[in-house]
Amino acid sequence: MVLKKHSSTIIFTIFLGFILFSYLIKFEPGIIIKDNFTSFTIGMLKVLPAAFILIGLFEVWVKKETIERHFGEDSGFKGFFWAIILASTTVGGTYVAFPVAYSLYQKGAKYSIIFTYIGASALTRIPMTLFEISFLGIKFTVIRLLTSIPLVILSSIWMGRYVEKRNFYFRK
Amino acid sequence: MTILYVLTALTLIASLIADIEKTKKALKISVKKLLKILPAFVKMLILVSFILYFVPDEVIVKYLGESSGVYGLFAGLSFGSVTMMPGFIAFPLGGILLEKGVSYMNIAAFTTTLMLVGILTYPVEKEYLGRKITILRNVISFIIAVVITLIIGLIYGEVF
Repeated sequence: MVLKKHSSTIIFTIFLGFILFSYLIKFEPGIIIKDNFTSFTIGMLKVLPAAFILIGLFEVWVKKETIERHFGEDSGFKGFFWAIILASTTVGGTYVAFPVAYSLYQKGAKYSIIFTYIGASALTRIPMTLFEISFLGIKFTVIRLLTSIPLVILSSIWMGRYVEKRNFYFRK
Repeated sequence: MTILYVLTALTLIASLIADIEKTKKALKISVKKLLKILPAFVKMLILVSFILYFVPDEVIVKYLGESSGVYGLFAGLSFGSVTMMPGFIAFPLGGILLEKGVSYMNIAAFTTTLMLVGILTYPVEKEYLGRKITILRNVISFIIAVVITLIIGLIYGEVF
């Protein structure tokens, strides 16, 4: 149990040891891995503080009833629409969508809408979509969006039902 | 990225003007939540840095560029599932593949699994959604990615 609690500290210490050792014996792969680690860490640190400040503000300012009305059990189809709009403005990657999805969940959003939000945030983020258009062409992007959005909504509705039936829960 | 910071700053200022105490509470929540998930992020970053060493961009271009048909399709689906990269790297890579004559379908196999399937984000996702839902969601996402890929192949006339 103790080991589990400190697993990431242990992993990180081993990782640091590996990097230091790689530098000492000039082990090329270790140095490349360290460079990968720094560049990804910097990329993530650029996004996370702002994202979590917004999450904190969301938690205190947005009322539970508001989320329940727009994203809850009786929200109807509009809920999916707004979830996709919200998703398209998500920055970073899905790793930012998970904490946002979790906050939505705690405020009373239903599973199918949360899954739609997560799926859509992987598929419709605006800056990413613009890159896709410029390198692969607008036709490619339009086909991809038109096929993926309905699939994400349908599978999210199915997953929502499945999760409720099986009594799976998000982390408390 | 700048937009994100401008937006965050404006929201924060508005919140401060409206209620200082509430804003303090919000920032406390932000810090607490960030610190709580940080260990999972560290795990994810270590995973990413190893995987990217074993599957660098050149390897992806080489395998997708050289293998055609079904092999290219499987290469795309596998590389996209196990790696992670931001769009500003992934799509230029897609552009290079396109110039090399790789089919739209095989590029889609790579980019859609890259977007939808998150094996490397597993440590973070599991902390929020729990292990079972995370696995279920990623399996379903993979299936969706395959369907999208096949439809793109059909529309571009690359299947059969």
